[in-house]
Amino acid sequence: MCGIAGLIHRGKTSNVGEELQNMLQALKHRGPDSTGYALYANNDGQNFILRFKVGENVGEGSTSVNEDESVYDERKKIVDKKLADLGAPIIKEEKLTPYSYRYEIQYGKDLMWFSKAIESIENVEILSIGKSLELIKDLGDATAVSERYELNKIQGTHGIGHARMATESGVDIKSAHPFWGYPFADVSVVHNGQLTNYWNNRRALENKGMRFMSECDSELIAVFLAEKMRNGATLEEGMRESLKGLDGVFTYFVATKDSLGMAKDTMAAKPLVLYESDDLVAMGSEEIAIRSILPQEIDTYDPFDGEVKVWQT
Amino acid sequence: MANLKTSEKKTKAQSMGMHTETLTGKTQQKFFNPDEAENFYYWGTYDVDFNKRTDLDVQNMDCKEANKKIDELMSEGYGTIVIKNPQGKHSLGVGVLNKLNLIFEGSLGYFGVGSIDGPMVRVNGRVGWSCAENMMAGKVVIEKNAGSCFGAAIRGGDLICKGSVGARTGIDQKGGSIIVGGDAGAFTGFMMQRGRIVILGDVGINLGDSMYDGTIYVGGKIGSFGSDAVEAPMTKNDIDWLNRKLKVAEIGENFDVSKMTKVVAGKKLWNYDALEPTEKKGAI
Repeated sequence: MCGIAGLIHRGKTSNVGEELQNMLQALKHRGPDSTGYALYANNDGQNFILRFKVGENVGEGSTSVNEDESVYDERKKIVDKKLADLGAPIIKEEKLTPYSYRYEIQYGKDLMWFSKAIESIENVEILSIGKSLELIKDLGDATAVSERYELNKIQGTHGIGHARMATESGVDIKSAHPFWGYPFADVSVVHNGQLTNYWNNRRALENKGMRFMSECDSELIAVFLAEKMRNGATLEEGMRESLKGLDGVFTYFVATKDSLGMAKDTMAAKPLVLYESDDLVAMGSEEIAIRSILPQEIDTYDPFDGEVKVWQT
Repeated sequence: MANLKTSEKKTKAQSMGMHTETLTGKTQQKFFNPDEAENFYYWGTYDVDFNKRTDLDVQNMDCKEANKKIDELMSEGYGTIVIKNPQGKHSLGVGVLNKLNLIFEGSLGYFGVGSIDGPMVRVNGRVGWSCAENMMAGKVVIEKNAGSCFGAAIRGGDLICKGSVGARTGIDQKGGSIIVGGDAGAFTGFMMQRGRIVILGDVGINLGDSMYDGTIYVGGKIGSFGSDAVEAPMTKNDIDWLNRKLKVAEIGENFDVSKMTKVVAGKKLWNYDALEPTEKKGAI
């Protein structure tokens, strides 16, 4: 069934890493297989944050295979060379796990071209590119992933996250949420539900040059929105289009560098509880996610069918 | 497949393989014979005193522990139990088959006070999906908003939400009353079978979709009617009943119920009324 959570502080920053960890841990029973975070951090905004993986953390049902760590090191060297060829100097690099990295790079050209070049390397996937987006996803519950990547130190304005119960594809990082809104910097999506016209949409979008990295239906939302935005739609316009273009039952969140949005399908078949005040919006699949950061008595509500909402920082 | 054209009406359903259960056995006598007063009490219920009151803080309990503690308190004769710090936990207060004043000082998660028969419940907060699902009798009052599937499959009692409710309110409702002070989402009254739903605000699309029976009253705008749902004229009985119910529910003061839209099933389902014994229909 999966659990999703999101929050946005308006006019201030907070320890969003720890807050989102608490919210997602409260939803662990909805999805114990993998957990993902898209955190919008207080970075200086000078460089792009490039998060990528050079191998998989292979779980049950994954179509990927376990590889020797020496293969990862070789791929990392190829990535470094490709970045040099692209004219994207590495300002800072961190090895987070044997298979994932966080780079700070300088780059000022087309991100789609850049992404295609990096992902042309076998089994290399860009998890995110952005100036404030820090997208982390891996196997395990919210606490385990947060501790592995030291997320509770991240200060920022907003974030979205996902606790995944693998259903239509295997347990691995490539199928985990959030999905980056390729090729747009700082765009991410999490989703709870099932999309029934995935292949029709995927074929159409691939014909338009959009890229899919997994067989997970949720990735379609990120790609769908990115394609709309590429053609000039605002985020909210793209989200409203998605209610017509995506068939199935879903609630999803999308975040950009300064906004957070939610959309609910026209049958309202997937849950969402929302808390909204002047300085904070928090939402999740269940109220206990919100209570994990706001234990006092508060007013919450369920958005109605077909609702789209977007908040700014 | 049986030849339905030549079958007798009363045997058509059986010919199609349905409704073979006989509904005249011990179960009917036990729960629906008013002459046997003792049968209105379930085995294992408690004689409680409403004036005997206690608080129960469930902050550090899971739902099983909390529900077990409620049962223990009833066994000790407590008739008024105030639950502190429910904090959106799921499945609190389920399966209370007893007269009881049960008060929640805060909000509930999913399946709050489900499968109850008799208690008077007040939630001074919000409730999540499927509140009071399968309620048989009693009264439940929610002071704030409610999630989807509010009052799913209830058979009796009064279920009241002073705020707004989500989608599929009263889905599969089989009796009782659901009263909402605010708005309701899509598919309100979906597959409703009996009972009444009152929405003082607006409702979403597909109102009363595939409803078999029952009545829905709407005070505001209707997104759209579902299949089989049609508008019906308001009668004096409707107005009297609504005024009385709103007063009991403590909402909608001075609300002009005569201007509400009444929605009923547009077609009579074949053989539907013959499926349940008369005494059972009276009970629900």
